[in-house]
Amino acid sequence: MSSTTTSEGSPEPGRRVYLDSASGEALHPAARRALEAALDTAYADPRRLHHAGGAARLVLDNARAATAEALGVRPDEVTFASSGTDAVQRGLLGLLGPGRGSGGEGPLVVHSAVEHSAVLHAAEWSGATTRSVGVDPAGRLRLDDLPPGAAGLAGATVVACQSANHEVGTIQPVESVAERLDGVPLFVDACASAGRLPLPQGWSALAASAHKWGGPAGVGVLVVRRGTRWHDPFPPDERAGERESGFENVPAVLAAAAALQAVVAERAAENARTNALVMRIRRVVGGLPDIDVVGDPVERLPHVVTFSCLYVDGEALVSELDRLGFEVASGSACTSSTLEPSHVLAAMGALTHGNVRVSVGRGTTDDDVTRFLEALPGAVERLRARI
Amino acid sequence: MLQLDCREMVCPAPIIELARHVRDVAVGDLIAVVASDAAARVDVPAWCRMTGHEYVGEDLAGDEVPRYVVRRVE
Repeated sequence: MSSTTTSEGSPEPGRRVYLDSASGEALHPAARRALEAALDTAYADPRRLHHAGGAARLVLDNARAATAEALGVRPDEVTFASSGTDAVQRGLLGLLGPGRGSGGEGPLVVHSAVEHSAVLHAAEWSGATTRSVGVDPAGRLRLDDLPPGAAGLAGATVVACQSANHEVGTIQPVESVAERLDGVPLFVDACASAGRLPLPQGWSALAASAHKWGGPAGVGVLVVRRGTRWHDPFPPDERAGERESGFENVPAVLAAAAALQAVVAERAAENARTNALVMRIRRVVGGLPDIDVVGDPVERLPHVVTFSCLYVDGEALVSELDRLGFEVASGSACTSSTLEPSHVLAAMGALTHGNVRVSVGRGTTDDDVTRFLEALPGAVERLRARI
Repeated sequence: MLQLDCREMVCPAPIIELARHVRDVAVGDLIAVVASDAAARVDVPAWCRMTGHEYVGEDLAGDEVPRYVVRRVE
């Protein structure tokens, strides 16, 4: 152990290590600069015809153009939503179209078993029939269960497949799914990967979330491909554009766009750096007794690693690590009100208890990971000893 | 077959009980966990995979609570 580490592996007093960038990345400096500038200039309603409205409109249009360029889509395909969840709901439900859930041969949503709960809840809320496609032990959608042509997607109205899994990091074969669509529109929840990885191809609508790439929270991005049949699933807002609702937080949208541009420009180097940190965590944690590292070891997000520890309550482990100064997430819910294990881990056949997700970000250093790896075995052993 | 009553337990307690008692049966014999906790359905097979024991399957105890059956290996 290093000299700055106590016997229990905690960091020096006051030094906390944030390892939950997959839940929310710290604000990128480029976002802060854009936000501060736009707060004073882009306060007006961008739909008003006066000068101040025009100034806000200009900022909004610049943000849209920058976002489109960074994502590799067209500006008129980009709509800013109020969160990633909002973008997911609008994207998925908009593809279902009018008359969804209207009895008889109603609509059918085919989705991977490991979609984010926002996708699953939206599909259920729509009243559509849903069909779940299973995943392999690494969490990757089983393409064998989605044969090409009518057999695989018989009667599907929309197919939903995430770009990468938010809990275990496994990248999904979106483009192979797209090859099997036979005209059925594909919705992609890209919240876990957008900014860090290029978008896959072959989808009709896609959702992303700015605070996952270092933009502010409260900005979602909905992308609807040109020529897609998309129908507003929510009450109309006649003040806004076709897919918009309400008054955008224009300064936050600009900050999100600035962060996205910066992250895309930096990602070759940054992904290599975070990937090395994750590989080190996977190697060390994988060598600890009775711990399973889950998710694909190679085809995965560069910044996420998830593991499950036998005989440990995941939430207790999160609290113990937090006490030591390390901030991680958990897919375990042993003591939560629902008592339902993570549907992602369950679908993979992975151990659902004792689960920890570590996600490294721009601010994570080699030293942070060293200290985490020094602290983890003791934390797990202390909890096991309480049994 | 040794049967562990883990009906009132939440995860990971049923798995801890299973690990504690698996050596109470002879190699090749069966041990079962009766657990209402939903996580056990995933965690018993995952425990078997991680520890080298054989997961036999799931049925119901007399009171309709799920029962997960394991064969001791090693």
